[in-house]
Amino acid sequence: MATTIPIQDVHNEHHADNHPDHHPTGWMRWVMSTNHKDIGTLYLWFSFGMFLFAGALAMLIRAELFQPGLQFFQPNVFNQLTTMHGLIMIFGAIMPAFVGFANWQIPLMIGAPDMAFPRLNNWSFWLLPMAGLLLIGAFFVPGGAMAGGWTMYPPLFIQGGPSYDMTIFAIHIMGISSIMGSINIITTILNMRAPGMTLMKMPMFVWTWLITAFLLISAMPVLASAVTMLLMDRHFGTSFFNAAGGGDPVMYQHIFWFFGHPEVYIMILPAFGILSTIIPTFSRKPLFGYRSMVYATVVLASLAFIVWAHHMFTVGMPIASQLFFMYATMLIAVPTGVKVFNWTATMWKGSISFETPMLFAIAVVCLFTIGGFSGLVLAIVPVDIQLQDTYYVVAHFHYVLFSGAAMSIMGGIYYWLPKWTGHMYDERLGKIHFWLTAIAFNVTFFPMHFLGLAGMPRRIPDYALQFANFNMIVSLGAFVLGASQLLFLYTVIKCIRSGAVAGNRPWEGAETLEWTLPSPPPYHSFETAPVIK
Amino acid sequence: MATEAHHYYVPNPSPYPFILSTGLLLMTSGFIFNINHYAPGVWMMLLGFLCVLYVLYGWFGRIIGESEGGAYSKWEDRSFRIGMIVFISSEVAFFAAFFGALFFMRRIAIPELASFDHDFTMYKSFTDAWPSAGPGGVVLGHAYEVPKFTPMSAWGIPAINTLILLTSGATVTWAHWGLLKNNRQQLIIGLFLTVALGIAFLCLQAFEYHHAYTEMGLTLGTGAYGATFFMLTGFHGFHVTLGTIMLIVILMRSMKGHFTSDHHFAFEGVAWYWHFVDVVWLLLFVLVYWL
Repeated sequence: MATTIPIQDVHNEHHADNHPDHHPTGWMRWVMSTNHKDIGTLYLWFSFGMFLFAGALAMLIRAELFQPGLQFFQPNVFNQLTTMHGLIMIFGAIMPAFVGFANWQIPLMIGAPDMAFPRLNNWSFWLLPMAGLLLIGAFFVPGGAMAGGWTMYPPLFIQGGPSYDMTIFAIHIMGISSIMGSINIITTILNMRAPGMTLMKMPMFVWTWLITAFLLISAMPVLASAVTMLLMDRHFGTSFFNAAGGGDPVMYQHIFWFFGHPEVYIMILPAFGILSTIIPTFSRKPLFGYRSMVYATVVLASLAFIVWAHHMFTVGMPIASQLFFMYATMLIAVPTGVKVFNWTATMWKGSISFETPMLFAIAVVCLFTIGGFSGLVLAIVPVDIQLQDTYYVVAHFHYVLFSGAAMSIMGGIYYWLPKWTGHMYDERLGKIHFWLTAIAFNVTFFPMHFLGLAGMPRRIPDYALQFANFNMIVSLGAFVLGASQLLFLYTVIKCIRSGAVAGNRPWEGAETLEWTLPSPPPYHSFETAPVIK
Repeated sequence: MATEAHHYYVPNPSPYPFILSTGLLLMTSGFIFNINHYAPGVWMMLLGFLCVLYVLYGWFGRIIGESEGGAYSKWEDRSFRIGMIVFISSEVAFFAAFFGALFFMRRIAIPELASFDHDFTMYKSFTDAWPSAGPGGVVLGHAYEVPKFTPMSAWGIPAINTLILLTSGATVTWAHWGLLKNNRQQLIIGLFLTVALGIAFLCLQAFEYHHAYTEMGLTLGTGAYGATFFMLTGFHGFHVTLGTIMLIVILMRSMKGHFTSDHHFAFEGVAWYWHFVDVVWLLLFVLVYWL
């Protein structure tokens, strides 16, 4: 069975300090790092900073929508807020957070000394702040930040100012970062596993990242092509998306969503991996149905490439295409159902305890399932034609991306913080953070279903009077949700600074390899590869 | 999988990745300044390009030094191979999107524009034919007149270029055989021929572009045909340029006595890349020039 690796003391004290190489200290340690743990830490802090920044944009959005009428922002500024909230959360917060987990955990979980290409790893990270500068700098150029929606549809996108070009190149740079990161992750997993760790003995988190990396390799270059065509249409007179020249704006949507749908899975598969690690630990049972979990992940990733047009049912497609994409989309429920079933079955008759990571994991299983169901609702073409671009869609993707991806990240951080820092976090603060987040999340996003069903359109700074009550509730929930993330920051800092000593294995149900190392692990994780039986 | 007894080579901290990222930021923001008509753009691009050149020289020099110094065993070698295969796969996805755009325009967008009911369409005389520069109309407030142009014929320079690239694929394989047999002369001659063919291809391509712009009325702005033609062949040409530079580096290393018959990933990586560029060209020749 995959996750039941016999715990043995594979680490011996000699090789932590037998490297005479000079390692820079101070800030140069971070700039020049070739160490997977340092780079993982950089990724995670970068992601957290972006999470707070894009979260602050969301607070401004909710302040504007607190009541009908224009309160604080002109419509153009409001569009900048929604656009940049989406772009930065996706490319700046969630994706880098998962790469941070990959950096920290994959070498530890497969018994490797480091990532396969440590310098490339450093490059993958340091591209991100450069892209971040372009994205955030866009707020300060004439015309303000990009306001065309995170999907960057032409013809609107073709008409914007310099910040639109900045967005294009930020996406190029982040794309290079993702592709280089994926090359590293795939190579590490295929080539650096400890002797005896066959593919089917790998921890589920490593499996999900292997498949995610393949998704990134196939999807990110397509996005790069799409934004390159936008750039050419903007400045070099091509007609990719102009009907006058024989092009088609709908073609952009096809290319974009061919990237966009796999992108959604890029943001959720590693979250599934984190859940599949946390739930067995705190249920004190091995993961139920490991093999079916692996196959379900592969099936999900394959389906990701044949469902893209369900994001564009209203553009006018032949009925046969609509039917195909509708049924293909519904098929996704099958592998997802396998996963939810397996997590539940893992908990069944387990000896469960409810530490903060487990609370997050259980909440994700429940809330992500709600997001999955609203996804099924949206997959139905006639329903989708009603609901396209309403708050129902906003509710749906926040249930999968906040309560699916972001809350898995939070759970994963609580789970591995003792390993990373050597200190325990404050369990009481963690639980308060969890309950505040889970409750405020639902207060924020559940009413959006009703708003959407009643016809409130997304991306509009004003709304009709009948939506006022729900919007006020949503805004209040959002403010609590935003504020409670500051408590998260405080809990993490408190853990790093003054948490109790964690020991090698603070969770007695944890069976993966990283718990055989000291906390924090030595500079080169596994100098001598452990032998897996 | 790790069965080797030795330790995997983990390099020391390196300044190059950070400088490379900074260089890219300078180049992209300089380019953004440039296309939006801010003066310092050119200088930023130049500075960024210098950063990138410095890193390419330093970083690859470092790796070559490590390789020749014996830092890499079969284990690291396998990492490079997997990494290169994954990288080329991402390039395939990049080109696939542009081929997808070509397919969409030819088979969906243009037939649809030509198929509207005559009483309701503004494109009354537009017919479904390829090559097409579109029906004309207003683009971003400017009138777009359909330009008169001559489409590129497959059976002139493009056919010669196909022969050149196919031959270069053969010469690089011949060079590889030389390396495997420890026949250094065959290795160097084979690589030299490959580089020469690569440069010949690029020269012909540049001539073809010049001809298209000056005499055939075929530019980036020539509607759907011009956009897909120049973007697909342009990105391919860019990749041939990179491949040729890589081949020149490999040629110079071979002349310096680098590579042995059982330790030459750099050679193979470049050869794989060259074959990839070759395959893309065959698709281009059939789908862009010929059909």
